[in-house]
Amino acid sequence: MSRSGRPLTHWQHRLAERGVDRQLWLLVPALVFVIALFLYPFFYGLTLSFQPTTGGPFSDYARFFSDSYERGTIGITLRIALPAALLNVLAAVPIAYRMRGRFRGKRLVTTLLVVPITLGTVLTAQGLLNFLGPTGWFNRVLLATNLVDEPVRLTHNYWGVFLSLVITGFPFAFLLVLSYLSGIDPTLERAAATLGADWRHRFTRITLPLLMPGLATTFCLTFVLAFSVFPSAVLVGNPAGETRVISLAAYQAAYEQYDYPYASAIAMIMGFVELVVIAVVLAARSRFYTGSTGGKG
Amino acid sequence: MATTTQAPPARPPATSTDRRRRIAARPAAWIVWGVVIFFFLNLLGVVASVLVSSFGRRWFDTWLPDGYTTDWYVRAWDEFALLQVIVVTLEVSVLVVGLSLLIGVPAAYALARRSFPGKRLIFLVFLLPILMPPITYGIPLATVLYKFGLAGHLSGVVLANLVPSVPFVILTMTPFIEQIDPRIESAARMCGAGLRTVFLRVLTPLLVPGILASAILVLVRTVGMFELTFLTAGPDSQTLVVALYYSMSASGIRAQQSVDAMAVIYTSMMLVLLVVALRYVNPTQLVAQVKDEPEH
Repeated sequence: MSRSGRPLTHWQHRLAERGVDRQLWLLVPALVFVIALFLYPFFYGLTLSFQPTTGGPFSDYARFFSDSYERGTIGITLRIALPAALLNVLAAVPIAYRMRGRFRGKRLVTTLLVVPITLGTVLTAQGLLNFLGPTGWFNRVLLATNLVDEPVRLTHNYWGVFLSLVITGFPFAFLLVLSYLSGIDPTLERAAATLGADWRHRFTRITLPLLMPGLATTFCLTFVLAFSVFPSAVLVGNPAGETRVISLAAYQAAYEQYDYPYASAIAMIMGFVELVVIAVVLAARSRFYTGSTGGKG
Repeated sequence: MATTTQAPPARPPATSTDRRRRIAARPAAWIVWGVVIFFFLNLLGVVASVLVSSFGRRWFDTWLPDGYTTDWYVRAWDEFALLQVIVVTLEVSVLVVGLSLLIGVPAAYALARRSFPGKRLIFLVFLLPILMPPITYGIPLATVLYKFGLAGHLSGVVLANLVPSVPFVILTMTPFIEQIDPRIESAARMCGAGLRTVFLRVLTPLLVPGILASAILVLVRTVGMFELTFLTAGPDSQTLVVALYYSMSASGIRAQQSVDAMAVIYTSMMLVLLVVALRYVNPTQLVAQVKDEPEH
């Protein structure tokens, strides 16, 4: 392992035997970077959250949980993010199942689905305001076809935020599920068909169990996106009331009240809640088979 | 192409040789395609309503605007100082792409080729910035950057945007590096090449497709990244998406249509990037780093 020609000292030999040698210096820039810009700010925020401007070390956490307006933001965020993530994943499964084979225009469909992801939440919000507003095309169509008598209110409330999460989240979930599905060996299903299983059995007994780890991963990633919803909660939601999500509470503490310890405390609570949900999903995921032929979850 | 895509798979059974087509019952197929078409119609409506509004002279409670004009673009360009905003956006994107590649590719190489104690832990540390919502670590990060006087300037925006980009480069590059036969490197080493020569003369040329792919992906993500830029940008370091947000949340001051015009400028920039991106990467790569296996 001596590349410079110098003989290795004893401890260098020992380390090299375990795979530690000078090539690992390649990792150093990235590690320094992650430590300086991710871990250090994170722990800085963590310690800052225990040093509130007034009161004892836990008073900012106590302040958050004792104020029902602040505490409620956790529930509001979960009520928006969990159903949106769940709907995105569940809707993606049958559609991806149908589209996993080869057909003409498949690349066009997947390309079109990438568009809303790249549009981002800000533009989606602007579009939804125009499209779903009381005089927008959506309500016009409903009124013209006599499905409703007066415009449906879909913006500046829960549904605006929910729909913006579906528009950006569903394509994301679909593309992931599609790639997991195409990672499952199709001969397994053919074998089941030979043994007389109809499509429902093949799906519930073969494909779905193999897909479950991938679905759990997809759910986690979609949930992360939905959980940190911020622009659309302000722009198409009702940021003072039913869509006052936790990221908005953290932002207001930091940039409107300039109370960085309190903002850090809220950010920590936010990260904790999110990690709890992800941990639950991943714990459930570990109970499924994650071997060679089941997706790449 | 558009017509063939959205048409339901209604081939006559006599000519159907594809087994998979016959697996499911027909009504299910219709429902699935119906949902997809409904989704696309709404998506089209969302994008088109912004586009039409930005060209509309006056649009009030009618199907289409009274007349059409391009004035809003001129106004948006002046009112929002868009030239400066676009220049900042480009500067930030180029810096973020370059730096994240420089930092990420060597690390991806070490992670793809070597096994060493603590590798899983290091991998997890690199994964965390992608798994956490940007606001969660963005607020402490912005606090730290303000403490060192970096936030509010271009450097702060670049540093903040690097946090998810470097791990993203590492994750996208790892499969590309794993595909390269290690014997090629061994051969180069036998012929006397050092680590640097191996990297510059052997690996980099082989990795060009992977580097291009991850550069484009980072570029798309950086231009679209709202939260981190929003938290760290000062008045002269706003990117397009942040400027768009500010103009939207302060609507009422400015005409709706000029905000729409700005949104269209942003969208067309993203679409150009997207078209470029799709020449080099598979659509699924835009959302995750899943290796797409050849279709059977």
